[in-house]
Amino acid sequence: MMELVCPAGTPAALRAAVDAGAHTVYCGFADETNARNFPGLNFSREEMAQGIAYAHARGAKVLIAINTFPRAGDQALWHRAVSDAAGLDADAVILADPGLIAHAAQTHPHLRLHLSVQAAAANPDAINFHARTFGIRRVVLPRVLSVEEITAINREIDIETEVFVFGGLCVMAEGRCSLSSYATGLSPNMNGVCSPASHVAYADTGGNHEARLGEFLIHRTPKGMPVPYPTLCKGCFTSPGDGSSQTGHIFEDPVSLDATRLIPALQKAGVTALKIEGRQRSRAYVAQVVRAFRAAVEAADQGAPMPEGLLARLTEGQAATTGAYAKTWR
Amino acid sequence: MDLTIGPIAFFWSAEQVRAFYQRLASTPVQRVVIGEWVCSKRLPFWQHEIPAAVEALQAAGKEVALSTLTLITLKRERRQTAGLFASDLPVEIADLGALQHLPEGAPFWVGPTVNVYNEGTLEWLAAKGARRICLPPELPLASVVQLARAGRQAGVAVEVWGHGRAPLAISGRCYHARLHDRAKDNCQFVCAEDPDGRLVETLEGQPFLTVNGVQTLSHAHMTAAPHAAALREAGISGLRLSPQQDNFDDIINIYAQILENGLPAPDALSDLRRILPGTVFAQGFLDAQPGATPCP
Repeated sequence: MMELVCPAGTPAALRAAVDAGAHTVYCGFADETNARNFPGLNFSREEMAQGIAYAHARGAKVLIAINTFPRAGDQALWHRAVSDAAGLDADAVILADPGLIAHAAQTHPHLRLHLSVQAAAANPDAINFHARTFGIRRVVLPRVLSVEEITAINREIDIETEVFVFGGLCVMAEGRCSLSSYATGLSPNMNGVCSPASHVAYADTGGNHEARLGEFLIHRTPKGMPVPYPTLCKGCFTSPGDGSSQTGHIFEDPVSLDATRLIPALQKAGVTALKIEGRQRSRAYVAQVVRAFRAAVEAADQGAPMPEGLLARLTEGQAATTGAYAKTWR
Repeated sequence: MDLTIGPIAFFWSAEQVRAFYQRLASTPVQRVVIGEWVCSKRLPFWQHEIPAAVEALQAAGKEVALSTLTLITLKRERRQTAGLFASDLPVEIADLGALQHLPEGAPFWVGPTVNVYNEGTLEWLAAKGARRICLPPELPLASVVQLARAGRQAGVAVEVWGHGRAPLAISGRCYHARLHDRAKDNCQFVCAEDPDGRLVETLEGQPFLTVNGVQTLSHAHMTAAPHAAALREAGISGLRLSPQQDNFDDIINIYAQILENGLPAPDALSDLRRILPGTVFAQGFLDAQPGATPCP
């Protein structure tokens, strides 16, 4: 059966995910070392120890994401996160920065290393390079690849692949995007945040709701319509051009990823693990999504059709896309 | 400190490329990185210009390196990358995965789209054979100072983004094609219509970003001119200027004046504003502010 890798932003979400049938849970320490560094989220060392004990007692694994890029002059914080993860008996760490990976491989040779999606290893050469150089055991593939490309990659590599199937969708190669810091000064790579709430402002003007990120207007909707959260790459913009002027979602609509129906194809493509995005989500959401996806991977395992409409309620009326997995998305 | 010219980000015709590098040969820059940086579909249209450009630049005493693509996915892109390492020139990697093709012990350069955020990564790259590293544009001055020091100790020349629209993101999706309601595979090379990229503005008409095929750049021209003295003091070895259509020779001359004659920052900025009227200049990243923060 494909391994289901589920998000946990809090100890309660971790327990909910394990109880709902997650094979594996991923989470991070409550600091800048992980790419979901949001207020009120993530784990103290003690909470992590308890969470790992809870999961291990029920046959589930825990992966610790230490997937931001250490700040120059401040690497000790990230090094400590790696050694604590090893000491806490985490099943693997998820890393992106080559310097940090080199450090982990050298100082903790028995610690299982996963390559974060933030490392953006998008072809067999990049993956084989990391496997050969650092002993990486699994790569989380960037969301820029089609199912055909994932199949081809798996033919050329010897390590496991993990792909995102549900939740937020980055349209840019993750770990290689500075859009957020261009508008706010804070970025996923440096600060573990994208389009951070601290820089969001909502206003009502002239019959419209407006959502701003930093000084830039990202969404404007008529009163009475919900204004989406101003995630930069899902914003509504204008690109003037002779005869090709466009106003709309130039980069991506405010959609989320749902690749449920591609699970059998991903299984056939040799993918080891399916990942659900959403460490910022509630315990109830996590439990629901995990239950639905556990049913889906069990169905895929038996060659049964994918259960339909399991997650319709969870996308909150938002449109869903299969993203880059379908080649026409590009 | 000296000047490096980065690869051309945009889709220019073979004639434009030829003319650009011919002119560049007589400008006061020390080195040039040449090659398709953004989209492999463009390469067949101009790659035959590369040998003559390299020859002209080398004859004029410039160091030349070949750039890889920023995002390498397709088989032909991997083959093309491997081919770069078979030449006699150093390769500047724009995607870390290119190192899989690095011949054992061969020196290489690292471009600004590779994530070098800290000493650990810089030292690791140095041990692999990196000789020059252009830091990612989003780094604040405090990190640049630390990395310059680490570079000196590791024998790596450290460069920063000096001038031009900064690369902010790369995608599997082509936004130029999307703006023309086409898919990437049927783009019909519409990015050629915008030789300095295509403007994206907010619904209030505020210029914001620049679309260049699969790449997204800043709308503002990021300039290190106001920080030139601090960068020199930190031991930064070069500024990278990114090719653009208008007044590039004049841009080079202004930066050369800063480096050679200590042209003060306010004068440099007013010179830049004079030759590039209407251009927004920003410096926020180095100041640890939003990158788009305009120069005073």
